[in-house]
Amino acid sequence: MSTATGTTTPVSLSVRDVHLAFGVNRVLRGASLDVGRGGTACVIGPSGSGKSTLLRTINRLIEPDRGDVLLDGRSVLGDDPDALRQRVGMVFQQFNLFPHMTVLRNITLALRRLKRLGEDEAAQVARAELERVGLAGRADARPAHLSGGQQQRVAIARALALQPQVMLFDEATSALDPELVKGVLGIMAELAAGGMTMVVVTHEMGFAREVADTVAFMDGGVVLEAGEPAAIFERPEHPRLRRFLSQVL
Amino acid sequence: MDPLSTLWETFFDWDSMRAALPEMLTVGLPNTLILAISAALLGSLLGMLLAVAGISRTRWLRWPARVYTDVFRGLPAAATILLIGVGLAPLGMQVWGPNPYPLGILALSLIAAAYIGEIFRAGIQSVEAAQLEGARALGFSWGEAMRLVIIPQGVRRVLPAWVNQLIALIKDSSLVYFLGLVASQRELFRIGQDHAATTGNESALLLAGLCYLTLTVPLTHAVNWIDRRLRQGRPATAAEDDDALALAGQNALPGDAAARAGTRRDER
Repeated sequence: MSTATGTTTPVSLSVRDVHLAFGVNRVLRGASLDVGRGGTACVIGPSGSGKSTLLRTINRLIEPDRGDVLLDGRSVLGDDPDALRQRVGMVFQQFNLFPHMTVLRNITLALRRLKRLGEDEAAQVARAELERVGLAGRADARPAHLSGGQQQRVAIARALALQPQVMLFDEATSALDPELVKGVLGIMAELAAGGMTMVVVTHEMGFAREVADTVAFMDGGVVLEAGEPAAIFERPEHPRLRRFLSQVL
Repeated sequence: MDPLSTLWETFFDWDSMRAALPEMLTVGLPNTLILAISAALLGSLLGMLLAVAGISRTRWLRWPARVYTDVFRGLPAAATILLIGVGLAPLGMQVWGPNPYPLGILALSLIAAAYIGEIFRAGIQSVEAAQLEGARALGFSWGEAMRLVIIPQGVRRVLPAWVNQLIALIKDSSLVYFLGLVASQRELFRIGQDHAATTGNESALLLAGLCYLTLTVPLTHAVNWIDRRLRQGRPATAAEDDDALALAGQNALPGDAAARAGTRRDER
């Protein structure tokens, strides 16, 4: 287990030919994705295309039936999943903050229980992360008393406090009022610029175009086309990607 | 004699009440509290085990919990107390001597556990799956996520139903009189009944009833208070840019027993 005070070095991430079926419903049919060290991949595509499921196979909230997930070229499928999830942070559409705890305790819980930090040290790390997301003053608030945007920023701080090597964002701004989206996207862009390896499932095409190193288009459980944002948005090849872009842009 | 004054003397004979009062307070009340509180603690502990077993993915935990709950919820409390208190008495005799309390408490706990288990299970199951996913994503094991995140939220939602069960337990504790109590072991009901038998009027029993009410009525109000607090949340100023839909998603309290706890949807 790494210590919370250690610095994280960027890792590369590779998803190889991942298959997954829930009964007869084949959600992933050989999806692959590559993200370089410190790179940001945005995954776009229609709903039901398997984007969120693909994301969950990376931190093994869902175990793939077939295929592999590699960090720095090494498969994580043999690792202890709980230890893996401390290295791979995740942010959800509905924030998934713990409503019965204060903002501070939402962040310190894993630091204390999993990283075994003392109370003061954990609080110090948590406050530093809250500062980073611009919520230093709300440490003692309950999640329900924060706006959606603030809640999502707490969720990001909570994930970052564990010093993950990879961050996964599952439609992190989809549940937010339009005026709150910008602040959260800003933090994500900062994080990407800081060299965090990230996979971002998003409907924010502007964000994908400006922040992503790679944009991957998913449909029907596979990544149909992936490449630099300029290529994907300006010179889409696959007809389904073209149709998708004509509908969302 | 005037029937009205007969009635009055039957229930409100002050001398009988005064005679029963000291024993009621020094013997009956402590004994009732010992029975009810011990059974509440043990019953809640067993209830939590039953709740967790009841939602387990392992069939061998799930169905024994199911059968247990069906049996102990389905039997009359008096029958359970007699079956255990008398049926296991020879065994109890060897362990703690001729004291009916341990078996009485055991029987009360086993009954309470069946109800409390269902209350806790409903509460735990009302917590959104997203909470478990959020905790798992941080690196908590299933057990840690349940213990630290899911169960505390689930139990909170069903506190009113749980307190109702404590009220039932205080009342049911009177049934241990079936097991034969020596003078110092008598609880409120038995003392009231004994005095009623010797005086020939029901005043002492009425006094016992009043003692029960002084315990149960405040608890009833505690239920209402918790209920209101759960419904309305803590006094708070919601952030001005609140995202109502997302908040409702986090705080909605679905579920059957949780319905007793009120739903925060109401405020939307």
